[in-house]
Amino acid sequence: MSGLSLPLVALTQPQLEIIAVAIVVSAACALSGVFLVLRRLALVSDAISHSILLGIVLAFFLTHNLASPLLISAAAATGVLTVWLIELLNRTGRFKEDASIGLVFPVLFSIGVILISRYAGNVHLDVDAVLVGEIAYAPLDRLSLFGQDLPKALWVMGAVLALNVAFIALFFKELKLSTFDAGLAAALGFAPALLHYALVSVVSITAVGAFDAVGSILVVALMIAPPATAFLLTNRLVMMIVYSVGAAVVSSVGGYFLARMLDTNIAGAMAAMGGVVFMLALAFAPERGLLAQFLRRRRQRWDFAARLLAVHLLQHEGDADAQYECSLPHLHEHLRWTEAFAQGVVRLAQQQGLVTRGGEQLQLTEPGRRLANTVLGQS
Amino acid sequence: MSLLIDLFTDHTLRIVALGAGAIGAVAGLLGTFAVLRRQSLAGDAISHAALPGVALAFLVGAAAGGGLAKHPLMLLAGAFAAGWLGMLVVTLIKRTTRISADTALGIVLSVFFGAGLMLMRIIQDLPTASKAGLDKFLFGNAATMLRIDVLTIGALGLLAAFVVLAVWKEFKLLSFDPEFMAVQGWPVRWLDILLTTLIVVAIVIGLQTVGVVLMSALLVAPAAAARQWSNQLGPVAALAALFGALSGVGGAVVSSTIPRLSTGPTIVLMASALVLISLTLAPARGLLWEHLRHLRQHREVRVAQVLVGIYRLASEHPDPTHPHDIASLDAVGLHAAGNTMAQLERRGWAQRANGKWGLTQRGVAEARELEAGGAL
Repeated sequence: MSGLSLPLVALTQPQLEIIAVAIVVSAACALSGVFLVLRRLALVSDAISHSILLGIVLAFFLTHNLASPLLISAAAATGVLTVWLIELLNRTGRFKEDASIGLVFPVLFSIGVILISRYAGNVHLDVDAVLVGEIAYAPLDRLSLFGQDLPKALWVMGAVLALNVAFIALFFKELKLSTFDAGLAAALGFAPALLHYALVSVVSITAVGAFDAVGSILVVALMIAPPATAFLLTNRLVMMIVYSVGAAVVSSVGGYFLARMLDTNIAGAMAAMGGVVFMLALAFAPERGLLAQFLRRRRQRWDFAARLLAVHLLQHEGDADAQYECSLPHLHEHLRWTEAFAQGVVRLAQQQGLVTRGGEQLQLTEPGRRLANTVLGQS
Repeated sequence: MSLLIDLFTDHTLRIVALGAGAIGAVAGLLGTFAVLRRQSLAGDAISHAALPGVALAFLVGAAAGGGLAKHPLMLLAGAFAAGWLGMLVVTLIKRTTRISADTALGIVLSVFFGAGLMLMRIIQDLPTASKAGLDKFLFGNAATMLRIDVLTIGALGLLAAFVVLAVWKEFKLLSFDPEFMAVQGWPVRWLDILLTTLIVVAIVIGLQTVGVVLMSALLVAPAAAARQWSNQLGPVAALAALFGALSGVGGAVVSSTIPRLSTGPTIVLMASALVLISLTLAPARGLLWEHLRHLRQHREVRVAQVLVGIYRLASEHPDPTHPHDIASLDAVGLHAAGNTMAQLERRGWAQRANGKWGLTQRGVAEARELEAGGAL
């Protein structure tokens, strides 16, 4: 623990390759994640990422080859099966939707875990790898394509990323419409159910691809945290996709260096950094962040008080006791403001050109009178 | 059979069964409320979120020394604190942003779990020897359960159950009509926090046996199964506790006797089997009975259609019992298949003579009544 080393040294080739895999994996996850978050399917991705384990195990038993492309198709099919089973349980009307999700994926995942621990004990498909993946070993398994010798994970995830980009680019209009107004999409003949299953398939394929690198549960972090971060930053779908990929890249690179500093596993650190980036957005997002919300509320409180002051002065203009009602000390008694608050409000109202002050006496300006009338609906 | 005998004679097995049974019972009881309040997946977030708490507690305990690192209460306290913090973050996100509840749960679940895995790796690389047993927090291991574990689980579980019984009425109202409760001036928010806290307790005591990955299933499955048998909260909660205990004992015993069988998945499969049985066979709500009811209704409608159809056909003749052959019945679209006619015959509404079907006097009366009732 004492050997904290700052990652300022030059990066070696394998290290760069790990970072590249991390970036590609997280970008691919973030892309489909945008639609999961917007469609409130976040926990469906949790269910998929767990249950694809069963598909991977079964395909492995058939082929005895972890690299077989059958693994990806089997896993994707399990993902679709999961969603179908959840909907089947929903349709019985016996369970609420959250319970259906909570019933389906533990069964499939449990069968997968039992099969692995009972029958596949000696291959490197072990339970730990299922949970955390091993992105650190990615540079060891290489593949030469088009004269380029790169880690296999980079090729696979590059293809998955391309699939995500192509899916979103081709069906952008359809995805957008069915996400924000499923009823209208159905009425216009866009087949939202088909699109739903297409999305689920893409998510499953992405999850299988990412599985090797980051394991089943952390896939969820990569799919959910960056889009949720982006959701706090913008109201536009295109920008949400851009920010989401940005947050994913920052989390994965940050996670890599965090893992190096603490000498711990990279996937866990990537997920943790995803959480950190999200919390930063939660605190400091320009409009929806907690700080922005707090400042807005405070400003509204002062603005409201200044308007209230203007209205109060207007009500008593020309009264017999205007002298008394429109004095600074009286505000404390009449409006129940503390002295300091009253001072502050008067200062703000002066700044805004609503009142003028002579000693303790307050006098509405012409703009102040107009504002008070507007507030009272008497303009 | 020998397994059953072992259960009563083998000391270790008895300890394991007792502990797992208690975990299942408490999870079933509190899961009833979680499922009712559509918080089934909150358990998933809590159990995953507990992992970094377990790891931190271990690190703190290891630093303090004296065997504190593996004390069950120490690890449980860590898990409890982290699980609770996770729920707090979920609430914060839900209250202050437009992010939906499921996304908030997903973030907490995966991010906390990632942090937990980081810490676990750091622990694995520590030079101390006493780290064994931490990995069982992932998929659970009942076989290593000790007497002190069972005592801790039992004490905390009893405490949680006692609190639930003490505020039963309040929790009931909270589950069915929280708005009414708020209007009546109940401290809804505090009761909500109390219930969440108890759910965290129920999850945390099961982590070591069932594992963080699957503990949430033990919260959902028994309650979902029990719900099929009754419409009343009391029986559902009692049955959920029973189902939870059965799955716990069954899963723990089976996994302890078969090598390389993780406890968590085994318990989950037991509980899920109970869900499947309840879903199909529970009286009233069971899908099998519903299917049979559906078939019966279908048959009644068909019988009535054919009966009235033959009656109308025969009313063309002076004799309302005038017989027709099957082919001419089919020809006017009555689909008078053999089993429908057999039904009519068995009820004494129709009879066959010379290969032709005609209504009996009772059948005519029945058809008139049906027609007068306007059902057809």
